[in-house]
Amino acid sequence: MIRTLRASPTLLRVGFSEAVAYRAEFLVWLLSTNMPLVMLALWSAVARDGPVGRFTQADFAAYYLAALVVRLMTGAWVVWEMNFEIRQGTLAFRLLRPVHPLVAYAAENVAAMPVRLAVSLPVALVALWVLGGKHVTHDPVLLLLFPVTVFSAWLITYLAMAAVGCLAFWFESATSLFDVWLGLFGIFSGYLVPLELYPRWVNEVSYFLPFRYMLAFPVELVTGGLTRSQALVQLAAQQGFVLLLLGVAVGMWRLGTRRFSATGG
Amino acid sequence: MLRHLRLLAVQFRASLQTSMQYRAEFLVQGAMSFFWMAWAVVPLLVVFGKRERVAGWDFDHSLVVLGWFLAMKGVLEGAVNPSLASVVEHIRKGTLDFVLLKPADAQFLVSTAKFAPWHVVDLAAGAGVIAWAFSRMGTVPGPAEVAAALLLTTCAVAVLYSLWILVVSAAFFVVKVDNLSFLFLSIFDAARWPVSVFTGFWRVLFTVVIPLALMTTFPAEALLGRIHGTALVAAVAGSLAFVACARWMWLRAIARYTSASS
Repeated sequence: MIRTLRASPTLLRVGFSEAVAYRAEFLVWLLSTNMPLVMLALWSAVARDGPVGRFTQADFAAYYLAALVVRLMTGAWVVWEMNFEIRQGTLAFRLLRPVHPLVAYAAENVAAMPVRLAVSLPVALVALWVLGGKHVTHDPVLLLLFPVTVFSAWLITYLAMAAVGCLAFWFESATSLFDVWLGLFGIFSGYLVPLELYPRWVNEVSYFLPFRYMLAFPVELVTGGLTRSQALVQLAAQQGFVLLLLGVAVGMWRLGTRRFSATGG
Repeated sequence: MLRHLRLLAVQFRASLQTSMQYRAEFLVQGAMSFFWMAWAVVPLLVVFGKRERVAGWDFDHSLVVLGWFLAMKGVLEGAVNPSLASVVEHIRKGTLDFVLLKPADAQFLVSTAKFAPWHVVDLAAGAGVIAWAFSRMGTVPGPAEVAAALLLTTCAVAVLYSLWILVVSAAFFVVKVDNLSFLFLSIFDAARWPVSVFTGFWRVLFTVVIPLALMTTFPAEALLGRIHGTALVAAVAGSLAFVACARWMWLRAIARYTSASS
């Protein structure tokens, strides 16, 4: 544990330099997160002649720009990395190091956050400038909670990816299963369409799935859609999912590494 | 011409034989195809649950566009993407030499190198969605409409292929383009919506720069019998220009190629 803590500044520094070294690729990755903007254009067309539910054009803009910021901040790619390294056997190198590989992967992902922030901050500022302060919550407690919810959303994203990535220990390709996860995420997280606009049952089911806490919760919190008590209940649920997925990811990792044998180098 | 057709048949047979080894993949592909088909209909249902028409498109007409999107995505992932992904690999490793040495056009060889035949399921899914839309409307497209739609589909496939060739040509200059293809796929996703729902910047981007409109909206409009003759001519001329441009870029790029080991 202490060893890991001592190694973490170095791990973070390495991850950060990687993100900077591959900046062109990183930028392309970030640009491919364009779905919220396309959906925003679509819903703006729909809301041109009157609000949809409680959403006016400005509400849609606030929602999707906030969604874009949260999505940019919570990106992770560990599932593809694990899939590749388990296939190729290069995971062996990671296993030899005295730091738990799941921590090392996490450090690489966290280290890219400053670069992500540099991209998402302008988006947030443009949103504020265009829409004014009306669409951001004025409650200081909720504003303080926002970074916490975004980081927890990242944790859920990361741990779920790690758990699915572990399936590569057993199956040929874990990534096609991850596609299903991504599809469910698109619907139940409010990434495609704000959850309120679905039939009521979808919205209700979403409280019991991890996806809402990966995107819709922080977004609704910052755009002023939640009261304090609602926010606290959802925060508790979010933390619950973090713990649950932590257990699943670590457990699967243990079972998986037992099966793992690298061939060649 | 005949020789190229024969070559195409050979290459296709090789791909088919390779993928026959992975028969379980067919089931996975089929299941995924259904999953994404249902997934694609969801936002459409939500939008048209709130409004009868959006930018002059109702649910049934949008469904035809969506069907085209699913089919084109199948073409992209089944016939265009696999071969061209392997060219990028060739360029990176320097093994493109072996292709260039063969006595046939290099562009033809690399772009027919690999097919993923299981994506034929996507074509069926797309056709199914279109059939569903027409049965909801209770009409059947006439022969003229079908002919126009087929013509535009040919143009669409040609443009899609040319776009990919442009991306691959970029690989000769910057090598790392697998990211670029990922970016393109994410942009291509916007093609599931009729282009007229977009305005301003997006409209220009999707009509002229990356002609997504030509790939899904125009053929759907043709099949629905709501396309103008001028748009049809412009689409054909535009795609011919696109193909010529892609061919020119490819020739320029290949001239720059120096094997990785030299």
